[in-house]
Amino acid sequence: MAEVTYRESIGYGMAQELDRDPTVVLVGEDVGAAGHVFKSTVGLFERFGPGRVFDTPISEQAFVGAAMGAAMTGLRPIVMLMYADFFGVCWDTVANEIAKTRYMTGGQVEVPLVIQADNGAGLRMGAQHSQSVESWAMAVPGLKVAVPSTPVDVVGLMAAAVRCDDPVLVLTHKYLYATKGEIPDGEIVAELGRAVVRRPGTSATVVALGAMVPEALRAAELLEAEGVSLEVIDLRCLVPLDVSTVIESVARTSRLFTVEENPRLCGWGAELVSIVAEEALWSIDGPIVRITTPHVPVPAAPVLEDAVLPRAARIAERIRAALG
Amino acid sequence: MTGEREKGSTTMAMQDHTGLSPGGATATATDASVADGADGADVARDVRLAIYRRQMLIRGVEKRAYDLFLRNLVRGTSHLAIGQEAVAAGFATAMRPDDYTFATYRGHHHALARGAPPAGLLAELVGRTNGLMRGRGGSMHITSVAQGMYGSYAIIGAHLPIAAGAAWSALYRRSGQVSVCFFGDGTTNIGAFHEALNLAAVWKLPVVYVCENNLYMEYTNTRSVTAVDHPAADRAASYGLERIVIDGNDPDVVYTTACVALGRARAGGGPSLVEALTYRHGGHSRADPGKYRPEEEVKAWMTRDPVPMYRERLIGLGVASSELDALDQEISALVDQATREASEGPEPGVSEIERDLWADGGASWRR
Repeated sequence: MAEVTYRESIGYGMAQELDRDPTVVLVGEDVGAAGHVFKSTVGLFERFGPGRVFDTPISEQAFVGAAMGAAMTGLRPIVMLMYADFFGVCWDTVANEIAKTRYMTGGQVEVPLVIQADNGAGLRMGAQHSQSVESWAMAVPGLKVAVPSTPVDVVGLMAAAVRCDDPVLVLTHKYLYATKGEIPDGEIVAELGRAVVRRPGTSATVVALGAMVPEALRAAELLEAEGVSLEVIDLRCLVPLDVSTVIESVARTSRLFTVEENPRLCGWGAELVSIVAEEALWSIDGPIVRITTPHVPVPAAPVLEDAVLPRAARIAERIRAALG
Repeated sequence: MTGEREKGSTTMAMQDHTGLSPGGATATATDASVADGADGADVARDVRLAIYRRQMLIRGVEKRAYDLFLRNLVRGTSHLAIGQEAVAAGFATAMRPDDYTFATYRGHHHALARGAPPAGLLAELVGRTNGLMRGRGGSMHITSVAQGMYGSYAIIGAHLPIAAGAAWSALYRRSGQVSVCFFGDGTTNIGAFHEALNLAAVWKLPVVYVCENNLYMEYTNTRSVTAVDHPAADRAASYGLERIVIDGNDPDVVYTTACVALGRARAGGGPSLVEALTYRHGGHSRADPGKYRPEEEVKAWMTRDPVPMYRERLIGLGVASSELDALDQEISALVDQATREASEGPEPGVSEIERDLWADGGASWRR
């Protein structure tokens, strides 16, 4: 058992896979001796060497594309994109090439690669270094999307992603990097597409993702004192989407809230809510409420950023109001 | 360590549909006397016949594809390589069976040159289950991994980094494979071209970038929208690479150039960037009659059609015309047979829609 930070768990998870499988390589800007901009790969270069850990130029199309070519021909690359906003400069490679190639080639080609990116807001970085892009990725057929909220899930989902023969985006949330968690000894492997109930409850189901999970859990604590019992589900993956766990929960609680860091329109919660409406409407006793950031870019000033992000107090307030 | 995942390398020679013996004439590809020249003067007879055969096969299948368009059997769009056969034939003849080819949406010729089955290609064009990609890819995405044809990419520039990645993987696995990436003149103005060349040069990757400069990017003369005369070669120095411009309609020159570049890549010498001057006889795509091209220019290039030019050269070198006639007839029969197989293939059932999105064979996104 080791206590590690979420930040350290990224390198911990990668090391587990680099150790296990010689076809796994790590590639990205500053991932080598520099230990990554977020210090998430410290020690990997020293441990695995320049033959396994590759620094790249600032050239996302080149190194994401190269990772795809390597994945098509026998390697299992882990790409570190750094800020998730940078998907914007390699979206062709991700959405047009990586996602579609297996399907378009009639299954001839597979692309077993992982793209890890530092996702989300809270660090006062402004609109181009703070986005939550999971809903972009979810919208493209052919991409799997994992969004861990704890160190042990970073390790487990990273392992599942590396071992998966499909392309997987692992979006770690940089607001969580200083948080800590226990990692059991031995090999840690999670399953893609399996949500987890983080807190059982009876009054309402709250579905959250990434950094919104601890916020939803804090909101549940706030409301507990008022006699409201929230069930908090950590979705963990958007593709595959664990609809069953959500519907089972809603069948017990009769109410549904989503807590999403993404801007309002077309966030993952909209898809989830539409599925619940189609398949479990008669379980629902009151309005379904999506708690998201407003549909604006993330502002930089602390007071403004804090005002747009769903935080525990605001989440509790919205749920309290909706439950009456 | 990568045995299972290294698709295409083990059965490749068995599945070559060019009709050439496994490996073709690749024995000479590493012959130094050939590699040193790069002027095409010393190409061996069997190599030339292999090139000739590849050119004829490409011309035959592409003309047949055009006929199928005219009969409205090929829907959507398609980009033919009639006139550009020499680049594909010259390179493929110099390549090892397990080398990688990456091409653009104008990629039929490269698939055929590597030995992809013509019936599978035509069946893909007409949307049948026996198509190379079971009807899911279409003309712009021809892929035939069993022969090292790792795909045709329809977004300009996208495949240059991907080809670098295949080369990176080859280097990592110490397999000795080379990745060859074909693209058009228009590709040289997109960012991915420059990003890929930089990475390939920095990592000294075994990749050969081949610009098929047919003078037009879609409907526009490339020179009129490009800062330099030679869109690929004049950029080579930016990446520390040699400036190479060749006659892309002379298959012997292409072949010897390919031998040098492939040899350099295999020997650890890093990437090459070759600009091969050529010309497409038709328009950009099926909808384009190509009227923006000056008549004199078209005429001049038509006199340099690589297919008849090469036939004349072989006859001049003492190959009996009867031998070439027999080969032509064999190709013609092969194309007819491929057309029959393609048109007799069943149309895909709708169950195909949900196949092969994921490694588990399906397309489910939920549980």
